[in-house]
Amino acid sequence: MGGFATWSVSTAVFLPLVGAILIAALPKQIMRDGLVYFIAMSASAISLLISIWIAINFNFHSGGMQFTVNASWIPTIGARFHVGLDGISLPLFVLTFLITMLCTIYSMQWMPEPRNTRPFFALILLLTTGMAGTFVSLDLVLFFVFWELVLVPMYFLIAVWGSPGRREYAAIKFFLYTLFGSIFMLVGFIALYLHSNVAGHHTFDIIELSKLGRAGAFSPLFANLVFAGLFLGFAIKVPMWPLHTWLPDAHTEAPTVGSVILAAVLLKMGTYAFIRISLPILPNAARDWAPAIGVLAVIAIIYASLACLAQTDMKRLIAFSSVGHMGFVMLGISTLNRRGINGAVVAMVVHGLITGMLFFIVGSTYDRYHTREISRLGGMSLVMPWLAGLLAYCSIASLGLPGLAGFWGEFLALLGSWNPARVLSGHVTLYHFLTAFGVVGTLLTAGYFLWLLQRVNLGRPKEEWEGHAFKDVLPLERIAWAPLLILILVVGIYPRLILDVTGPAVNAVAHVFGG
Amino acid sequence: MVTGGIRQLAWLVPVLPISAFFLIVFFGKKLPGKGAEIGIAFTGATFLLGILCFVEAISKHNIVEKSMTWIRFGGFTLQFGMRVDTLASMMFCVVGLVSLLMQIYSLGYMHGDIRYTWYYAMVSLFTGSMLVLVISNNILLMLVGWELVGVCSYLLIGHWYEEKENSNAAIKAFLTTRFGDLGFEIGVIFLYVTTHTFNIGQIEHLVATHQVNETAITIGCLLLFCGAVGKSAQFPLHVWLPDAMAGPTPVSSLIHAATMVTAGVYMVARIYVLFAASHVALTVIGVIASITMLLAAVMACVQRDIKRVLAYSTVSQLGYMMAAMSVGAATAGVFHLWTHAFFKALLFLGSGSVIHAVHTNDMFEMGGLKKYMPITYATFFIGSLALAGVPPFAGFWSKDEIVGAAWSSGNHLVFTAGIITAFLTAFYMGRCLSLTFEGRYRRLPVAGAASDDHADHGEHHLPHESPPSMTWPLIILAVLSVVGGFVGTPFKNAFHDWIAIPGAEHGVVVPVMIVSIILAIGGLLIGFAMYRRAPYGFGVLDPLERLGPLYRAAVNRFYIDDLYIKGVVRPVQYGLSKFVYTVLDRKVIDGAVNGVAAGTVGLGKLTRRNDERVIDGVVNGLGWITNKTSYGLRKLQSGNVQGYAAGLFVGVVVLAAVLFLRGGI
Repeated sequence: MGGFATWSVSTAVFLPLVGAILIAALPKQIMRDGLVYFIAMSASAISLLISIWIAINFNFHSGGMQFTVNASWIPTIGARFHVGLDGISLPLFVLTFLITMLCTIYSMQWMPEPRNTRPFFALILLLTTGMAGTFVSLDLVLFFVFWELVLVPMYFLIAVWGSPGRREYAAIKFFLYTLFGSIFMLVGFIALYLHSNVAGHHTFDIIELSKLGRAGAFSPLFANLVFAGLFLGFAIKVPMWPLHTWLPDAHTEAPTVGSVILAAVLLKMGTYAFIRISLPILPNAARDWAPAIGVLAVIAIIYASLACLAQTDMKRLIAFSSVGHMGFVMLGISTLNRRGINGAVVAMVVHGLITGMLFFIVGSTYDRYHTREISRLGGMSLVMPWLAGLLAYCSIASLGLPGLAGFWGEFLALLGSWNPARVLSGHVTLYHFLTAFGVVGTLLTAGYFLWLLQRVNLGRPKEEWEGHAFKDVLPLERIAWAPLLILILVVGIYPRLILDVTGPAVNAVAHVFGG
Repeated sequence: MVTGGIRQLAWLVPVLPISAFFLIVFFGKKLPGKGAEIGIAFTGATFLLGILCFVEAISKHNIVEKSMTWIRFGGFTLQFGMRVDTLASMMFCVVGLVSLLMQIYSLGYMHGDIRYTWYYAMVSLFTGSMLVLVISNNILLMLVGWELVGVCSYLLIGHWYEEKENSNAAIKAFLTTRFGDLGFEIGVIFLYVTTHTFNIGQIEHLVATHQVNETAITIGCLLLFCGAVGKSAQFPLHVWLPDAMAGPTPVSSLIHAATMVTAGVYMVARIYVLFAASHVALTVIGVIASITMLLAAVMACVQRDIKRVLAYSTVSQLGYMMAAMSVGAATAGVFHLWTHAFFKALLFLGSGSVIHAVHTNDMFEMGGLKKYMPITYATFFIGSLALAGVPPFAGFWSKDEIVGAAWSSGNHLVFTAGIITAFLTAFYMGRCLSLTFEGRYRRLPVAGAASDDHADHGEHHLPHESPPSMTWPLIILAVLSVVGGFVGTPFKNAFHDWIAIPGAEHGVVVPVMIVSIILAIGGLLIGFAMYRRAPYGFGVLDPLERLGPLYRAAVNRFYIDDLYIKGVVRPVQYGLSKFVYTVLDRKVIDGAVNGVAAGTVGLGKLTRRNDERVIDGVVNGLGWITNKTSYGLRKLQSGNVQGYAAGLFVGVVVLAAVLFLRGGI
């Protein structure tokens, strides 16, 4: 590969950063809202086009890294600018730009208070570079830089544009929680570096470290300790039970597009890191940890569903539902087999589509009612049939109805968990229970979503809204939502759209576990 | 597989109604018929295609199976496809016909409904989903159709969602059936892991050639049967079906006759080789089916709501179908599904016609309607005789075959339950006929409450016959309720030759047949006579109230619904969930997090104070570091992350710039 192919990934990753710098650097006088929108839109749209171009030119039969660039970066510590994509990162990479673009369109309609478009879009673009970079980094230092880069803009988005009241608390909680995990993650990275030996050199290279891991270069004790460190960092991001309590606060207080990005992309950084880093580099530790991860995942599924039943705030309910859905992703990963991990990747992407969309809808509902209290809503189907219909569509997709996207990830994760990878054959009975409880989780999920629909969509509008004029779905909302709505149906009917991409790459990951 | 002719196109059978759904949703409102014409045209085409398939399947008597790869990744291949044999194509006809007739009927019944277009869209999707389930050659695709049917029923039962009662019924239907589906889903997973295939034909082949051990078969069957218990409203998950009549009446007829409750029976028949190989599973099915048919028949006897009578009778009749499965007479069970579809659709549409005319569901407020609604009466009468099992109407042949098979198989429980239920069925239908159509019309304006303009238009309040769009479907179904059973008489049982699910063959048991005829006619007459002279006026007592505790228990649904709602649903919904969230999540877990944060801040302050007052001057260097750290932490906690953030941001930008330049070389 040469020419543009070599540079495509980096261009897509850094174009939003350039956009951010442009927006921030140009003088205020010429940076009217229109120009800010234009720059943000162009940066995310061009990046999206590039990522689609990459997808078109992608070799779907290969499980290896493609579109790689491996250049010297910080020679003193052997950190390299090593980026590349495989079938696991590609869908998330495309999703990142898609979501950013849709968020930009949406913000043209609903700019959160206190408006101030310049910093807002600069931060969103900066965030995009961080997220996209995380999904293509093949060097631990590079990965860490992108990982941390995400933290700052999200902090400000919540703290400045969040809903008044608890936004500072939520922002700090998000920041410190994640930072706490990152510290252990960083220690794990450094430990890996110091213990690695490739032709007499230490390395941060994920591919090299994976080879070492497969060859059994790390002692069991060391591997388990490092796994624990990485686990803290990743599990908080996912978030896994019981490290999830930052999420309901951050999601609820964040502005709409902040919640969308958090749910659709940011959470996936954690699960992605498990598949990209923990599993390949520390396969034996992963085997030891997998049953525990599976148990935590299933607890998350049940626990989050129950917590959802107790919510009185619509946005908080959707936030908690994320904890449960990410539980399915982690359940899939904990199987260490191909079905489970493929299911996990599908569930990651699909959760991005569906829950991202749900946060859009919740945001738009709030913009119309100026409340998220479920008890004050009701009868939305009568006053805004389209918005209500979309809420129903996405809720039903989210509860895992076959035919819509939510089904496949969950089903494959459950299918994988009945019969986990060969290295886990000592725990088959435990995994049977995990499957069974996971399935029960789908029932509870159906329960809280239907109850939500009953209280929000059905019945008649409450008296306080009498004479209130509601505007149903607006043109810009339609444009921002259409791609997600269509994808939810298309992936539901034709899951190969994702599975054909992930298959070979997942083979490469699961191979070592005999899954 | 032998190449089939028209059946190569059978995939259109589910695809047509599903396309109709999308067409109606997006274009329906702009059409002159508001989308109804699309629904009717597409369903009509489906029905015609179904008939062609059925005729071809009967004449060739083979299976047309076609698959395509739907998902493939390392070590996992999923093929979706169709399996069109006589059983599937018979279901095409049943589903297509009932759906078509109920859509024509709805032209009148749903006229002027605020969600008329949406209604037709959902009916099309409902029909299509059921047909996906029917045509599937694969238990996973079957699960897909199965769940789609569930969600469609949810949306249709809750069609008039302004009333909370209706949306409650919708949720109850969805969650109850979904509860059973948990077993189905695990069953699908279990069977796949055991047999390495989702394909029904392959699973049957593996079972028939004894490549699967019996324990695994039993586990698989029982798990799948959980799904059937939910969908086909068997005890103990029958509770949703009587409430499901909260939806528009035509929807009830669809649910009860064709597109929903038959799914469980159909599934068992579809994979009957698997079930037949497990004695334990068949025994369990027999017990469940017997309890179901008896319990539901008893409850049907005490209902005042005409639709509830029919709803409980459906539960009871589904018990018969399942019972047939348990005694090895799967074909007889399917035959009963076939005849039941005609007369139950007829009875529901007939009750809709009645309700349309009198605006009440309470039979004790009706009476004397045969005078006002002759067509409805005549057709309802035929449907009742068919359900009661009076020869030569359709229900007689199928029910008698099941009871006879139970007798021959020596399953005393099923036989006894079947015989008693036969009597009860006839009794409650006699009661229903009597209360609704005989005697005097009891729903006249209440004296005193009637205002002047009511008195002026007194004539208008008398019920009248429904429009032709509603009566014609009744007539067609009535004809089928008479002749539909003739294909399966003991004299020449063509139905058996068509469907031919392998199982025990049963001859005619003449004494059993005579007993069941006597019970049917006797039950009808007793029920008819007991309620013929129901007194004029409101709030009349049901003579059965003299039964005391049994009556009260039956009216209260044997307290099963209460047990679920008060014992399971509410505690989880309001108790457990609150505990998990407010105590476990907010207080314990998040409390710990906030505690750690507060502790850290406190420690920082303490260190600082300590540092200033005690150690200061002693360990200057160390103190300075601690001071800075704690100060930093305190700043962090007070919301001042900008410093760190700015630092990180600058660092990242610099790094990015560096790597850009580096990489560029």
